[in-house]
Amino acid sequence: MPDVNRGNRPLSPFMLGQYYRFQMTSLSSIMVRITGIVSLGTAVLVVLWLLTAAASDEAFAVMDGLLRSVFGDIILLLATWAIWYHVFGRLRHVIWDFGWCLDVQTSEMMGLLMFIGATVMTILTAIAV
Amino acid sequence: MRYLTDRKRAEGLGSAGQGTHHHWQMMVGSIGLVLLMPFFIFVFGMALGGTREEVIAFFSRPFPAVLTALTLFVAISHFKREAQEAVEDYVHGTTGKLLHMAVGALAWTTIAAGLFALVRLAL
Repeated sequence: MPDVNRGNRPLSPFMLGQYYRFQMTSLSSIMVRITGIVSLGTAVLVVLWLLTAAASDEAFAVMDGLLRSVFGDIILLLATWAIWYHVFGRLRHVIWDFGWCLDVQTSEMMGLLMFIGATVMTILTAIAV
Repeated sequence: MRYLTDRKRAEGLGSAGQGTHHHWQMMVGSIGLVLLMPFFIFVFGMALGGTREEVIAFFSRPFPAVLTALTLFVAISHFKREAQEAVEDYVHGTTGKLLHMAVGALAWTTIAAGLFALVRLAL
């Protein structure tokens, strides 16, 4: 009885878009994963910038020039949105983990607030720095 | 078939084989980063835009240096767990194992390089 159908079960079925319509809960959740992976890339960029600053004037000029170009501005703006979104997304996970706000309506509201909050904080960051 | 009851086989381990350790790490990391990250975003924003001399002087100060070191370590270990979890979900078999290791290697290298750079800048 314990070894029925072992190894032949569907693993983490990815059904969004195909069989399942997008909802605020699923959309806001998948965005947490995407922004988390994007932020690993942002961390690599930040560390490269620090490394070149520690290394030499020539190396720093290349990396600093890249991050401060128009292209760099766009990348950093998107990266900032991603990290703010992810902060709010993880905050939602912490709130859920405490057993609070688990009903669908509140979860959907928090999802909407994550998109709004990330956008507002990105604009504030762009103005402040 | 092993002579174990279902309960005995599952107790304390869960499907990942390591119980709730990963989940607990994610929770601790999340709470830490919710507090650290807003500071880091503005500190990094202040550092970016200066000349190399200004950047070196900036990271020679204790607050930016310690905050950046702490955030890099906690954040990259957190993103590592997150990216590896995505690998576990979508990539299986040997490819999955190798990709899992590659993500870990990238994350640890980034942490080590970041801390090295900060020490060079601060000292």
